[in-house]
Amino acid sequence: MSYSYLLFQISFVGYLLAMAAYLVFFFSQKNNVRSIARKVFFAAAILHSANIVARLVEAGHTPITSVHETISFFSWSISWCYLSFRWRYTVKNFGTFATVLVVILMIVSALAPHEILPLTPTQRSWLFPVHASLAMIADAFLALACIGGIMYLLQERELKQKRFGFFYSRLPSLDALDKLNQHCLSIGFPLMTLGMFTGYIWAKLIWGGRNWHWDPKIVWSMITWFLYAALMHQRFTMGWRGRRAAIMTIVAFMAVLLTLVFLLKGVGAHGA
Amino acid sequence: MGRDTIVLLGVNHKTTPLAIREKLALSGGYEEPLAALGRLDSLNEYYLLSTCNRVEVLFTCSDVQLARRQVLDMLFAGRVTRKEVAGCIYQHEDEDAIQHLFLVASSLDSMIVGEAQILGQLKEAYRFASEKKSSGLVLNKLLHKSFSVTKRVRTETRIGASAVSISYAAVELGRKIFGDLKDKRVMLIGAGEMAELAAEHLVGQGVKEVVVANRTLERAVTLAKRFHGRAISLEELVDQLEHVDIIVSSTGATELILTRGDVQPVMRRRRNQPLFFIDIAVPRDLDPAINELDNIYLYDIDDLNNVVEMNKSERDKEAVKAARIVDEETYKFSSWLENMEVTPTIIELRTLADQISKKELARTLGRLDSLSPKEKKSIEKMATSIASKMLHYPLLYLKSDHHCVDQQERIGVVRSLFNLDNPQKSE
Repeated sequence: MSYSYLLFQISFVGYLLAMAAYLVFFFSQKNNVRSIARKVFFAAAILHSANIVARLVEAGHTPITSVHETISFFSWSISWCYLSFRWRYTVKNFGTFATVLVVILMIVSALAPHEILPLTPTQRSWLFPVHASLAMIADAFLALACIGGIMYLLQERELKQKRFGFFYSRLPSLDALDKLNQHCLSIGFPLMTLGMFTGYIWAKLIWGGRNWHWDPKIVWSMITWFLYAALMHQRFTMGWRGRRAAIMTIVAFMAVLLTLVFLLKGVGAHGA
Repeated sequence: MGRDTIVLLGVNHKTTPLAIREKLALSGGYEEPLAALGRLDSLNEYYLLSTCNRVEVLFTCSDVQLARRQVLDMLFAGRVTRKEVAGCIYQHEDEDAIQHLFLVASSLDSMIVGEAQILGQLKEAYRFASEKKSSGLVLNKLLHKSFSVTKRVRTETRIGASAVSISYAAVELGRKIFGDLKDKRVMLIGAGEMAELAAEHLVGQGVKEVVVANRTLERAVTLAKRFHGRAISLEELVDQLEHVDIIVSSTGATELILTRGDVQPVMRRRRNQPLFFIDIAVPRDLDPAINELDNIYLYDIDDLNNVVEMNKSERDKEAVKAARIVDEETYKFSSWLENMEVTPTIIELRTLADQISKKELARTLGRLDSLSPKEKKSIEKMATSIASKMLHYPLLYLKSDHHCVDQQERIGVVRSLFNLDNPQKSE
């Protein structure tokens, strides 16, 4: 077993422990548990970074080529985007939701074969890692926006129906969740645009403008971009917010996931 | 020679009607009544608490009956008859008194269980007592303990966390919607008492502005002045919706004042900034359909009552936990108190000396195996006599009738010198 894969497994266990601690905090609301969860999560994120660097050294290229690598990179981006967000804002129990997503992605990544694949000719371009990592980090911010949207809908439902159940005391104010949505979108969307742009140049370089491939990945990523563009437009010009913005964020993120599925299908086929 | 009894005498909102409580309340501050209590020779240590819901005296004495009579006469004479006082006063001794004090401090005995004010009042009262040096070793320790018990109750239970009045509930909901209320504006429709109360709480949360709309402008102006706000007429109501965030409505009108149709167009101009309507009027002022609009939350009086009820049941659950903590701490304090007597202290001292000499003997004799049984015997004898000689004066100090230092004080000194109260730290 390679050194980098060992790091992957340790960070996986770290995330699992952090998730367990966050869930205990979510149910019990004991503050000392939360501080443990934060430390464990931070440590796991650092180990995960070490895993990615080690894999880069081992493979000799940025590890975003196989299914395992791509999803692992995605969950790594979510971890660090969450931590960067945490550094500026506090949103009650956001960490619980974020770690659950990170752990789910880590499970998927762990299940995929983890051999290092040689680069295909098209991936040898220097633009490929730039395009791929920009897109992944953008997707991570959009994933956080989606989590914020789900939390918003849960809290809004209890406030509107005036039936205060489990989530009322555990979730933050609607305002905080709406701000979270805005913050993540206004970082995620420009990054996504940049990712699309570099992708376009990369495609132009390798295909030279001929044989434009209308594969589902490209079509879906364009649909996704238009969804977010519409949401951003409505948000900033019409003052869309709250429930509508939350629903739109979740729908648009579903499109992101679909794009990822098409992308990974391509990568998987190439790997086989 | 026995230990003094701790006695707590008091009246509170549960036992005494307001009419009598008013007469008993010590409105003139603590200094005078404390000085008066100081003149009673039956009391040893004493302390006094007076709030709008209770008057309580806590003291230590040797003759409980005498002290009770003197204290009651001193504090309440001339205000109400002895018979009236006897009817409503409660008296707790020792363990019960300790428990009662802890219950009061942690706000389990308050009119609004869980309110935080009482601890401040208790500390204030204690400050006067300690300035006058009317509290001694036992009461000092007891009162300090009551502060830490309160802290424990607050950190380990959520007793103070929920809002149990309508205005508090409104503030709590506002926080769940807006997060911070600091930059929010409030509009009162109708200038009734309920509206005023709600506004007071919101202003306490630091809202930016209060706007008052009323049928008669004079009343609106008066109320607005109280909150440094501005008054408007009812006709301007819909226009104002664009600028305010929280609306409290409490008019006596029989018809709806705002309908869904009035509010809907405003949201576009507000760029969908949330609105929070609170309708405390009966019959209702606001169209219930307003709640169906996006980013608008409408709560009427029943909804708010539901929140209050929910919080009350939550709080009652927490109160059970809190009572358990109080019991635990009462037990701990009582056992400390029991040790504060001469006999157990002497026994503990002797055991301590005994243990030390046995332990050291075992260590020394274990290394010297060439000794004859006779030599061993005399070494053992020497160790025991050193230990008991060392204890001679401390024991004498405990037992003697010292004139300048109080017996409780002496016990305390000896116990802390020999570290009898937390032996685990002795190693």
